[in-house]
Parts: sequence; C-alpha cells; structure tokens
Amino acid sequence: MVNHETMNCEQVWREISNYVDGDVDAGLRASMNEHFKTCARCASVLAGTKNVVRLYGDERMLEVPAGFSQRLQKSLAKTAAVQGSRWSSWSAWLVPVAALVLIAGSVLLTNSLTGGRLLKSHHAEPANNIPPDLVVVVSDGAKLFHVPGCPFIHDKNTERTLTAKEAMAEGYVPCTRCLRQYLKTGVTLRPGDQGDDADADDKAEQGEVVGMAAR
Amino acid sequence: MVLTADNPQQAGAREQELILNVQRGQHELFYELVRPYERRVYAAALAILRNEHDAEDAAQEAMLKALVNIRQFRAEARFSTWLIQITVNEALMRRRRERTVAMEALDNRTDDESEYAPRDFADWREIPSEALERKEVRQRLAEALGTLDRKYREVFMLRDMEHLNIQETAEALGITVASVKTRLLRARLMLRDLLAAGWEQGWFSRLPFEKGTKPW
Repeated sequence: MVNHETMNCEQVWREISNYVDGDVDAGLRASMNEHFKTCARCASVLAGTKNVVRLYGDERMLEVPAGFSQRLQKSLAKTAAVQGSRWSSWSAWLVPVAALVLIAGSVLLTNSLTGGRLLKSHHAEPANNIPPDLVVVVSDGAKLFHVPGCPFIHDKNTERTLTAKEAMAEGYVPCTRCLRQYLKTGVTLRPGDQGDDADADDKAEQGEVVGMAAR
Repeated sequence: MVLTADNPQQAGAREQELILNVQRGQHELFYELVRPYERRVYAAALAILRNEHDAEDAAQEAMLKALVNIRQFRAEARFSTWLIQITVNEALMRRRRERTVAMEALDNRTDDESEYAPRDFADWREIPSEALERKEVRQRLAEALGTLDRKYREVFMLRDMEHLNIQETAEALGITVASVKTRLLRARLMLRDLLAAGWEQGWFSRLPFEKGTKPW
C-alpha cells in the first residue's frame, strides 16, 4: 500500500490520470496535492495532462469530412423510405401468414387426432429397414415412393428423385411392388383401414399393384 | 427544432419525444435525433479505423443500423451511448474483417507493463482553448494522436474525446476496466510529452489575441 504522506514522483504519475478524472479517494488526493506543491516536475506533469484532457475533449477536435452531413442525410432518407414502406405493409402480409399458420396448425392437429402418423396412405405398409439413402422416386398427388423405373409410378410428369428418408419424412410409403423386400411379408393391407379415409387415387394405386402382382 | 445545450432538461425531453416518434415509424425524424451526435459518431469510428473514408462508411452504416433497430433502444440507456456503442461495434467488425487475426491478437495482446515516465518537465501553463480555433493546432493535435499505438489511441479517443466513462469504454472495446485505466494513463502521458514538445516549438503561439497582449 502506498504511504500517501511520502509519495514519490513515480507513485504520483501512476495515479495522475485517476486524479484528473476525480477517481482517487480523499486521502490520496490530499497527498498528491501536497506533492504538487513542492514538486515542479509533477506539477508540470499535472498541468500537461490537464491540457491534454481539456484540448482533446473539446468539441472542435471532432471534425467531420466536408459533405458528411449531407451524405448521411441522404442515406438515412433512403433507408427511412424503405423502412416506412416495409412497416406499412406489415399488417397486410400478416393476414396471409396468420392464415397459413392456422391452416398448418389444424392439419397437424387433424393428423395427430387420426392416428399420429403423417403417412399419405394408411393402406400401405410403412417401410421396414429401408436404407435411408436409397434413391427413390415420388410424384405429386401419389402416396407411394418407388425405385426409379418402376412401372407403377403415377403422374410421371411430376416425378421427383429423393432419398428414401426424405420420401418417408414427406409421408410417402414404399411401393408394394418394387420395394416389396422392405415390407413385412404377407401384410400389404390392414383390414381396419379398409375404406375409412382412403381416397380414390390411393385405392387405384393399391389396386393396380395388386392386379399386377396377380398377373 | 434543434436540441440546444442551453437547456439540457428541455433538450432531453425533446430527445425522448423524438425517439418515441421514430420508434412509432416517423423515420424521417431520425436525422434530427442523431444530428447532435454525428461528429461523435464519426470520431468514434475514426478512433477504431483511422482512415477517414472507412470511418465515414462505418459511421453511416452504424446510424442506419441504429435506425433499423430503433425499437430495441430502451429509455434506461443514454441514446448517445447506445449510438456510440453501435458505431464502435460496427468499426471493430470492419477492422476485424480487414486485418489478419494474427496481427490483431499481437497488437492487442497485453498492456505494456513497464510504466511510462514523463520526459518533458518544462514549466508550461494552461494552453487556452482558443488555440483550437486554428486549424493548424487541431491538425497538430490530431497528428500527435495518430502517432500513438492503436490500443492507446482508441481508449483515449473513446474516453477523452467521446466522453464515454471508464466502464462504457471497457464495454465498447471488450477489455477490462483495469486495462482502460492503464492505457488511458499511458495515452495521456504520451500525448502530454508530445504537447510539451509542441509548446516549445510554438504550436500554440500566434494565438488569435490582440497584438501584444498575452492572456498570461
């Protein structure tokens, strides 16, 4: 701890910045004041430090390049205009977004109430140990995914290629024909599902597969 | 209406009102809100970036960010401090982007533990603020500041030119309060020596006073 009564110059210099900022306790301040009275060197250091703080702290030291304000105003005006139009249309796009959220929510709710699976077809068997990275083909409006080239692909013009994992995530189930090896043998239709929420496309697809298998 | 220093209370109330109005969507009022601080914003960017062109870009970008995020401003903070903080962040980000990380780390790694001893003990007096009316004097002071190492210069500029307090300076730069104090002490003492030399070389003479009269 510094003995304030007998501070040497180095000790004073160490605290001089805090002193100028008024960030020293009363005892230290008193000791430093005493020192400045008798030490011309430290009085010079103090006077100089005060000059530095006062001169550089003056507003006039903050100069901006010519035209700065004009350029700033221009770019702010541009942003203000963009922001303004964005915010005024906020409520306008909020409506469809809210509607979408409601629709998505009700679809999820319906699905959760009707069996907990997001399968597109309840007639088909979910995949069993299918390699997740297997390349498969699906088409819009259909419910099955196929090995590329399978003759039972519906709506070939909307065909998409993806992995089995992705297809399953979208709710597609394996084709009972081309992907039969990944289905539990002997179970292709669950009797309880017959006719409950199946749609025509689903029936047609399944029927066609069964028909082909019989041929 | 312009914010005046004559009546700080009134100016403060006017600022609050402006902030609320901008937050409610009157973005065209934003320039009025930042106008009193534009020089400080620019200087804060210059403290970090050094180059006038980069500093202007960063200052402008910082003010645009402040406008876009005006709703995040909370009345507990001082608006000027909030604005300066955004500016310092913007400037630091740009500097990091432009400089190699290695250089940055090396430059800012440690505080110089060796103490700085003042060199010049000439008996000099208070330099009158009027000296700053002369562009040449301001230029000399700016040049002296430019000779400091970055870590001292930026602390000094934020603390003594931007008038952030020690804590705010530490937060703005992401360094400790102790580091701010150490660097500030050193920056002030180094500048003092440079000023003392300038005093002897007559930077501050030929002041705009009546011929033959000296204020001391």
